[in-house]
Amino acid sequence: MSDKITNILLVGVGGQGILLAAEVLSETCMLAGFDVKKSEIHGMSQRGGSVVSHVRYGKEVFSPIVPEGEADILFGFELMESYRSLPLLKEGAAVIANDLCIPPPSVLMGQESYPADLAGKISARFPDFLLVDGQQLAIEAGNARAANIVLLGAVSKRMHIEEKFWLESIEKMVPKKALEVNLKAFQVGRSLS
Amino acid sequence: MKEILSGNEAIARGAYEAGVRVACAYPGTPSTEILENIIRYREINSSWAPNEKVALEVGIGSSFAGARSIVTMKHVGVNVAADPLFTLSYTGVGVNGGLVLVTADDPELHSSQNEQDNRNYAKFAKVPMLEPSDSQECLAFTKLAFEISEKYDTPVMLRTTTRISHSKSVVELGQRQGDLPEPKLVRNAPKYVMLPGNARGRHYVVEDRMVKLGQDGCSMPINRTEMRSTSMGIITAGVSYQYVREVLPEASVLKLGMVHPLPMELIREFASKVDKLYVVEELDPFIEEQVKAAGIAVTGKEILSICGELTPGRIRRGFGLPEQEPVAPEKLPGRPPNMCPGCPHRGVFYSLNKLKAYVTGDIGCYTLGFMPPLSAMDTCICMGASIGMATGAVKVLPPEEQKKVVAVIGDSTFLHTGVNGLMDMVYNKGAATVIILDNRITAMTGRQDNPASGHTLMDDPTNAVDLHMLCKAIGVKHVRGVNPHDLDECQKAIAEEMERPETSVIITNQPCVLIKREGVFVKGGTLAVEPDSCSGCRACLKIGCPAIEWVGTPGEKKGKAHIDPLLCNGCEVCRQLCKFNAIQEAK
Repeated sequence: MSDKITNILLVGVGGQGILLAAEVLSETCMLAGFDVKKSEIHGMSQRGGSVVSHVRYGKEVFSPIVPEGEADILFGFELMESYRSLPLLKEGAAVIANDLCIPPPSVLMGQESYPADLAGKISARFPDFLLVDGQQLAIEAGNARAANIVLLGAVSKRMHIEEKFWLESIEKMVPKKALEVNLKAFQVGRSLS
Repeated sequence: MKEILSGNEAIARGAYEAGVRVACAYPGTPSTEILENIIRYREINSSWAPNEKVALEVGIGSSFAGARSIVTMKHVGVNVAADPLFTLSYTGVGVNGGLVLVTADDPELHSSQNEQDNRNYAKFAKVPMLEPSDSQECLAFTKLAFEISEKYDTPVMLRTTTRISHSKSVVELGQRQGDLPEPKLVRNAPKYVMLPGNARGRHYVVEDRMVKLGQDGCSMPINRTEMRSTSMGIITAGVSYQYVREVLPEASVLKLGMVHPLPMELIREFASKVDKLYVVEELDPFIEEQVKAAGIAVTGKEILSICGELTPGRIRRGFGLPEQEPVAPEKLPGRPPNMCPGCPHRGVFYSLNKLKAYVTGDIGCYTLGFMPPLSAMDTCICMGASIGMATGAVKVLPPEEQKKVVAVIGDSTFLHTGVNGLMDMVYNKGAATVIILDNRITAMTGRQDNPASGHTLMDDPTNAVDLHMLCKAIGVKHVRGVNPHDLDECQKAIAEEMERPETSVIITNQPCVLIKREGVFVKGGTLAVEPDSCSGCRACLKIGCPAIEWVGTPGEKKGKAHIDPLLCNGCEVCRQLCKFNAIQEAK
């Protein structure tokens, strides 16, 4: 195993299933034999605020947070939050972004506008960019709430970890009654290129 | 067996493996999940106390009765528990009854009102403090803390920070220690009755204990020297150790697992082996000042800030290491936290804003009432402060301004330390209005039960404090309930009580929308805006509900409101603001 650490940032808005996706991701890394650390902030951020989760894996991980400017993969659940996180990425990082806009309070109240063409701006800076219609694909898989796992499927293609570890981890972390839909959602995401 | 655990989960596991019998806490970020995870281990009697002082006193009682006990709280909680802590240091713990106090500090104030460094409490109260740097150490140090507690007859503080409590890493689990003696009454008044005659002698015991711990710390494996290049030596602890290993992989490190008392001879030895010595620590120069006082040359806060948490990047900058060119962040609309759709606090703050009240606020979700567009909170200091501050303001303000003063406090915070403030207000004839936002739960920290919610931490039904009767018993003559979702009723009640030249209490009666227990929160019918009736007056936007969106053309003033049916909880507050009857039940 090389000494290289892979750094992943998961960003979005409270309530989007980011924490579960980060749990599955880190569990998978552990099952695949890596050292892994994960860090996030709870508390005030749960009330509709921005959420950032850091996952790092490799032979031996020290810092639980991704050093600034060193993220290899951005896993974005919401477009403006994805865009906001770009300064934390390494040059040439991969960006997998959900094609979803959740207006923040100032936009809801009509005081500010939601920025236009964020997907275009992200892909101009980071050409290794995949825009995923997570909501629509999740509905096709059987439940709109599985968008996080659709996205996780897309991210999994960028990580060199055997599929069996992903499936084992999803089976362990996802509640039984939602398992079938989530396994399907994962495959839908994984089949995207 | 290996598992990925957060620091908090690992402390809970460590307590279980250490044979702990009693766990007590008041919830507070980032400490809350310790007790929420301890309840998985049914061998441990776990409970929420009304505040941190009571939590520690419960722990002291069970320790003296011979049971290993753990008490957890956030950093500012230790301020509340400081009174028993300082004297507990003198008495020491019970026979076979180790006591560990977990303080979860919050550098960077992710979810707190200040950034105090609770390592200072260990020095101030003269108790040892351990500081883990990942989840495996959270588990191991919790167990070790009980051994130290009993061996040296002292409470032990275990300090985490947000990045330790809320980070997950791989942990190897062990077994619960099963050979601990059964609790029993042990009487030893000279040791446990801290009257001056007894306490004077105990102070000498405390000082001797700390000297011995400082000496023994030099050979404790948790204080570990890692020799690499001798050009640079770094003393560090907690999560900072991880950042140092990340950023300065070649540096020699003295990793301290016990940050008080410091193993000064070990530090001196380490200093002699390296060319240049640094301390890398978050917040105060706690280690640095003591090392300097011991006459050892060291660099610390000259290159690292006292304010905020450390990060790998901040350490890189401090040490002048090359960095990736930072990309200037673009100005984007912020995404601050907000009250939930249907939150019962919204109507109260809308009314307070309308009445131009001077609101002494308190700690909870409702502190968000400070944010626009509600903008109806003028102060927030600490748990329970709202009522005392209202009393103080009314003492000096001119009569017309006295009427403006309204204290706002949640049910859990009222029972925490607000109730004493109300006693004072009545006792000393203060004439302010107090609003208790009774949403039947401790919401901000994630819906924990409290003495008024009717359930214990272990989910057993129990007595629920009757807040009306409590206020009456204290002597408040005017106590009234209001429905905060009824804006007319709410505004009328507050206006009337503000006029009253006596103490009065208003108690709101709608639950938190996040309560999952059946039959408490009942969702109302989803509302919708009829576009043809909507005049675009924006009145409904004045409550800042996340379910209501302004749909307009950018650059133009015209537009209409829209309600997201997935978010609406049917509280009907917005409906009362619409003069055009455009907001109706969704079809």
